Amino acid sequence: MKFSRFAVAAMILCAATSVLGFSQSIELVGAGATFPAPFYTKLFDEYNKQFGVKVNYQAIGSGGGQTQLKNKTVDFGASDVVVTEEAAKSFPMPFLSIPMIAGATVITYNLPGSPELKLTPDIVADIFLGKIKRWNDGRIAALNASVTLPNIAITVVHRSDGSGTTAVFSDYLAKVSDEWKSKVGVGQSLNWPAGVGGKGNPGVAGLVKQLPGAAGYVELIYALQNNMAYATLKNKSGSFVKPSLASTSAAAMVTIPDDVTKVNLTDTEAPDGYPISTFTWILVYREQNYDNRPKAKVDGMMKLLWWITHDGQRYAEPLSYAKLPKAVVDKAEVIMRSVTFGGAPVLK
Amino acid sequence: MKSERTSDSAFRTLLVLGGIAVSVLLIAIFFSLLLSSRPALVANGFRFLTGSEWDPVTDSFHSLPFVVGTLLTSLIALVIATVFSLALAVLMGEYFRSGPFASVMRTAVELLAGIPSVVYGFIGLFFFVPAVRVLQEAVGAPPYGVGIFTSALLLAFMILPYSASIGREMIGLVPGDLKEAALSLGATPSETIWKVTLPYARSGILGGVLLSLGRALGETMAVTMVIGNSNSLTFNVLSPGNTMASLIANEFSEASSNVYLASLIEIALLLFIISTLINIAGKIVVNRMAG
Repeated sequence: MKFSRFAVAAMILCAATSVLGFSQSIELVGAGATFPAPFYTKLFDEYNKQFGVKVNYQAIGSGGGQTQLKNKTVDFGASDVVVTEEAAKSFPMPFLSIPMIAGATVITYNLPGSPELKLTPDIVADIFLGKIKRWNDGRIAALNASVTLPNIAITVVHRSDGSGTTAVFSDYLAKVSDEWKSKVGVGQSLNWPAGVGGKGNPGVAGLVKQLPGAAGYVELIYALQNNMAYATLKNKSGSFVKPSLASTSAAAMVTIPDDVTKVNLTDTEAPDGYPISTFTWILVYREQNYDNRPKAKVDGMMKLLWWITHDGQRYAEPLSYAKLPKAVVDKAEVIMRSVTFGGAPVLK
Repeated sequence: MKSERTSDSAFRTLLVLGGIAVSVLLIAIFFSLLLSSRPALVANGFRFLTGSEWDPVTDSFHSLPFVVGTLLTSLIALVIATVFSLALAVLMGEYFRSGPFASVMRTAVELLAGIPSVVYGFIGLFFFVPAVRVLQEAVGAPPYGVGIFTSALLLAFMILPYSASIGREMIGLVPGDLKEAALSLGATPSETIWKVTLPYARSGILGGVLLSLGRALGETMAVTMVIGNSNSLTFNVLSPGNTMASLIANEFSEASSNVYLASLIEIALLLFIISTLINIAGKIVVNRMAG
């Protein structure tokens, strides 16, 4: 009897202290894209070591990040695509999209010997439409004379969950293939004409690695870390560009529009740019004084976002993500300064 | 005397309340699914049940590929599992009822039920998928490895323990004098099993099989890892497909538009209704067999 009463009292005490917030450290919760997840994971770990702020990031996909921000269950959402104006209407309050880093979506495949293949946009579209069915197809062979392509079937691997990576990839395909645009369209979840689905960037990478003859699309870091081969693509200017840190940064060297959220890097005009590059964004509400959020937490979050776009950029390159170009950082600063708490700007 | 009666009736009231609570919960689940899927019921109409396209871009949602996928995987898994679980049930119920080997087997079968779904998914991904790929290459089909057959095979292992354990219990309950009577009339042991024991335990064994089917219909994690997640309608068991539970698990957290989310809930409602109908049908069959 005595022990159980003591246990109950102890539990109530613990619950009370956590509710009253006796703990001093700030904890933030974010959710969203798997595309930048390796970068964010490293970043938040470093930030915690340097500043003692814990950030819990759940990589549930861009759509998940948007939904969780809409439901106000997270402090910030992460998305590879800017939310469309239509979708933004369903959010309870106006929100801002802040660019963080840029990354590349690569076409990765599983062929014996992991050869480096050159592909053109129309070939990529036709592979994912299911029109090119075997690796030794004439069109692929014509571009890759030095490689002996095996006579095995191409198994398309796509995302089974809704994904910003899919949205970026389909945006690119819609630009380079009219058939893709009319038949499948652009979106985070698509009606794929062919192939099998994997969950998240890791799921696609895992399936491609396992299935001989598979071809899928993942963020560059996933292909690199799993030692998988990826294709060199022909960009809009006609050069064959290998996806890399340099070519992603080059893709971002375009005129940044005044409203930076309108920038679109797919099928970039930049001569050395990799054609399937994208910025990835963090979404926060413009007015941060909602649901009794403590000011300390808001200050902590904006400091974190400022740090990511400035000091934190140096963690991007070791993971093969591209830093933001200066023009974009300038625009990001303007956006971050417009976040308010009770009407007053948070960042001084 | 008086205090005994009140504590007895209090106990009985508690039990009755518990029973009512469970029934109310079931009805509440049904109605909340119905209400949440209303935008989709309106937008999709009856075509939802017959169409085969699942297109979030144009908000065109239909359930047939997933109903077919669920039924195919569950029924194939059931057939495979029943063969093995019947054999196990007879072995453990008739031949090895006690002793060290019996307890090892019994524990092993029960442990199969305790392995988490996601671990089964990994086992499927690392062992079953390459094995099925070899089979597909041998028959000339595209060597996906993942697909309806692979997930049915995996499901069979997952649902095996339920019908095996229940079957064993039912066979153990067959009265000894019935079996002895058969043997004394000249039947061989195997004839006794086929003609006396199994028919007697028939309805109980079928109840266990029904339990397995219920598990198979709703299994999500392991299936989604090996089924290939392809949303097109197919009856070819060697090709990738998708089930209702797997679809919901994949797309729920990302569903952006209202109709999309409501359509996923409509799929959940459909799964609920199908499971309930199969359970009711199964119970009718079990009752008829017992009589």
